[in-house]
Amino acid sequence: MTISVPNVVILIVIGLLGVGIYALLTVRNLIKVVVALQIIVKAAMLALVLAGRLQGQENLGQSLALTVIVADTIVAVVGLALAVQVRRVIGSLDLKALTSLRR
Amino acid sequence: MLHLLTGAGILVCAIQAIRSRRLIVSALWLAGTSALVALELYLLGAPEIGVIELSVGAGLVTVLFVFAINLTGEEATDLKGLIKEPLTVVMSVLFIVLLGILLVPAVDRAAPALGEASLKIVLWGNRQLDVILQAVLVFCGVMGVLGLLSEKETDSAGQTHSEDME
Repeated sequence: MTISVPNVVILIVIGLLGVGIYALLTVRNLIKVVVALQIIVKAAMLALVLAGRLQGQENLGQSLALTVIVADTIVAVVGLALAVQVRRVIGSLDLKALTSLRR
Repeated sequence: MLHLLTGAGILVCAIQAIRSRRLIVSALWLAGTSALVALELYLLGAPEIGVIELSVGAGLVTVLFVFAINLTGEEATDLKGLIKEPLTVVMSVLFIVLLGILLVPAVDRAAPALGEASLKIVLWGNRQLDVILQAVLVFCGVMGVLGLLSEKETDSAGQTHSEDME
């Protein structure tokens, strides 16, 4: 495998996805889960722009990446608002505390 | 060379964002990841997306994280995971290897450039549904946050009505 630009970018994408998936499997803090989702979405964005570039449809890939940025921001906003409410109602951000829906 | 350095920086920032125990430090590493991803997008020939990612990903989202962490307070994040540690490592490595097998050969089969329309025409002309969906998404997000962050009505004793009913 030669070190060309697409190869480097695809390695970044795979690395970011790996870090994000590992984080989703291990972390128990609700805000950390949002951080892990953000990392995964950044990988998806880079992959979209790279795919557009490789297929000769750069602008299509970029416009899809723009949609992903908007969706990602909304996910972060709603996730963080949910975390604030969970903390207010349950008193903890631990995911395990969410499994028993008691107050 | 610049791509390699940027890529190494992105991965280091992402790993630190997961590893750091304090939530606020984690949010700042995530902002660093965003900024470096924006630089990588610029290097890939997508300056418009890079600028939007820099202002939204590294700016707005970081402010939101700091705001939320201020509201919830720092909490110990070094709890043990719900799944056993060796299993998570094995699953992550398996995931990375499978992705590598699928994606890396596909990069070498790149198609030639087609000579397509400019970003303005593609975004506002060909992808109109996406633009409408983005507007709807932003509206839904705002309504969701308003619903989530609205305080319950409190009476003079400071107790919420839902508590009165219990």
